Amino acid sequence: MKNKLVIGIPRSFLYYRYGILWKNFFKKLNCKVIISSETTKKTLEDGKNLSIDESCLSSKIYMGHIKNLENKCDYILVPRIGDYGKNNGVCTKFNGIYDVVKNSFPLINILDYNIENSKLKFEFFGFFRMGLKITKNIFKILYSYIYSKKKQKEYDIEQENKQINILKSKNKKLLIVSHPYNVYDNLIGVPIIKYLKENNFEIIYANLYNRKKAILQYKSLSKTLYWLYSKELVGAINYYKDKVDGIIFITTFPCGPDSLVNELMIRKLKNIPILNLLIDEATSETGLITRLESFIDIINFKGDNNG
Amino acid sequence: MDKYITFPHIGNYYIPIKYLIEKTTKQSVIVPPKITKKTIEIGSKYSPDYVCVPFKYNLGNFIESINKGANVILQAGGGCRYGYYAELQEQILKDMGYEIDFVNFIENNHVSIMKIYKFIKSINKRINFISYSYHLLITFLMIIIMDKLDKNVRENQGFEIVENSFKKIQNNFYSELNNKPSIIKLCYIYIKYRHKYKKCPVNKPKEHLRVAIVGELYSIMEPFSSCYIEEKLSKKGIEVKRFTTVTYLLLLKKHNLKKLLRYGKKLLKYHLGADATESVILTEKLSKEGFDGIVHIKSFGCTPEINAMPILSNISNKNKIPILYFSFDSQDNEVGLDTRIEAFYDMINSKKNNINNKM
Repeated sequence: MKNKLVIGIPRSFLYYRYGILWKNFFKKLNCKVIISSETTKKTLEDGKNLSIDESCLSSKIYMGHIKNLENKCDYILVPRIGDYGKNNGVCTKFNGIYDVVKNSFPLINILDYNIENSKLKFEFFGFFRMGLKITKNIFKILYSYIYSKKKQKEYDIEQENKQINILKSKNKKLLIVSHPYNVYDNLIGVPIIKYLKENNFEIIYANLYNRKKAILQYKSLSKTLYWLYSKELVGAINYYKDKVDGIIFITTFPCGPDSLVNELMIRKLKNIPILNLLIDEATSETGLITRLESFIDIINFKGDNNG
Repeated sequence: MDKYITFPHIGNYYIPIKYLIEKTTKQSVIVPPKITKKTIEIGSKYSPDYVCVPFKYNLGNFIESINKGANVILQAGGGCRYGYYAELQEQILKDMGYEIDFVNFIENNHVSIMKIYKFIKSINKRINFISYSYHLLITFLMIIIMDKLDKNVRENQGFEIVENSFKKIQNNFYSELNNKPSIIKLCYIYIKYRHKYKKCPVNKPKEHLRVAIVGELYSIMEPFSSCYIEEKLSKKGIEVKRFTTVTYLLLLKKHNLKKLLRYGKKLLKYHLGADATESVILTEKLSKEGFDGIVHIKSFGCTPEINAMPILSNISNKNKIPILYFSFDSQDNEVGLDTRIEAFYDMINSKKNNINNKM
């Protein structure tokens, strides 16, 4: 019997957006899927050694995850996103991440696909080409793409519904605005969220709001925004801003889009407490918690006054 | 109310931009004062901390020219996060209490010629598209001539016999360009100064050092933001080459990018975003053409150029070409820069001598 191909997926960046899609797609094509282990201090250390000092913290963690997968699998999945259409760009980090990984790890095999809708390179063609590398059966690729796309959609809707239920609760609610690869990361977002939950706050994630609805309303806060991921977050802020008691921005240093978008949001949103957390390699958890504590105090104090 | 129009500085390109706006809108233009340490101090005081430096320079320019009386601000740029500067800068200036009109020429991440026309039409109702195109043509011609002639200064400045002779010609050229010439006059200026540059006495040895500057566009084109690195290199007796000019960005880039990607197929699979692809492939190309060194400059935190850097260091190892990296922020130590340039110069010089001696 032929050995199964082993595909490695780094648990960072777009994993939190397309994870279910990738996992199901490769499983349906009879591949074994490995996902790199949760981010630890060692992951960051590895990533730091492999990347330029000035790269953003998230990309350093990404490199650490690839290091984690090195020698464990036949292929590592590194997608490249050019843009999602004419006015829907992404951070240039996603434009170049394939070539950066390829040059930093010359020995590994990379499985990649390209999304560049403005040049008619759609996601489907990318997956199709990727599937051809694994199997020759066209129908199987088609079926697994459609199946996994459906699974991803179901998962997204489930998450969205959960959030709608949380929004109904009477507890105090906080909106977390950050890219999913920061919120769910073990080193960046998880300790913050854990601390907030311990203090009886309900957490609303901006990235879980319905993307299509978000795109429709981002313009009321920012007119010329052209990064798709930021558009979705800004749209979500517009929807949730009257429904929550406070907003927390989580950014990694020195994130390009966030440096401008967050500043603009902080200047535009008034009458709501806002905390901007900028995280880099040297950020200590104690310092973070002190800031969170005082922010919580502000919210509680404000609530008492109103009541 | 009278309109006083202003725009951010980038190198000497304020001359053609001023020409276009003054001729078409018939309003007065306030050119921001020359960039100094004060500009960047004001700019970084009101900017977010970790935004890239061009943002701070632009904001400093705006505030300084508002203090001189400007009330309409133009901003244009595209590519990476440059395209989003305008909205935040407008918000910051309004929060500071200034009453200004902020006009943004960016559409779909590119400078839109139609948007400029609409803006001009809204101010000067008597203009028609033909006269606008005529002035636009002269503007482009000015930019092309500037870029063509400035090349001479970079390449020969280090070998001049009479000190500052090239700088003098350049200054005369710019003051003549400032007089709003017609097309015929412009051609005459071009021929005259090309001749002057050719006739300027130089002592250029056959085997001289050649260095190319690649990197992010603002640091390359605005000499203050890179601590006059071009001048410093060329003063040491090096022929300096650079490829990023406004001519390149506006007219040639679209066509050139595909050609470059085809040339560097083995290095890059995809376009890296903004000017990073050029940085990578030009480095490869120039190292094969026998350049002695590459200087890669960028502003701090420039994501596309950071993408390019691991690839550049691979090329450096493979082709045995020294690359000097600079990252400029709002507080730069000029002495440290000098030391690094000196060390770089010594290295490429001794490398060149070694190769010559072996032969």
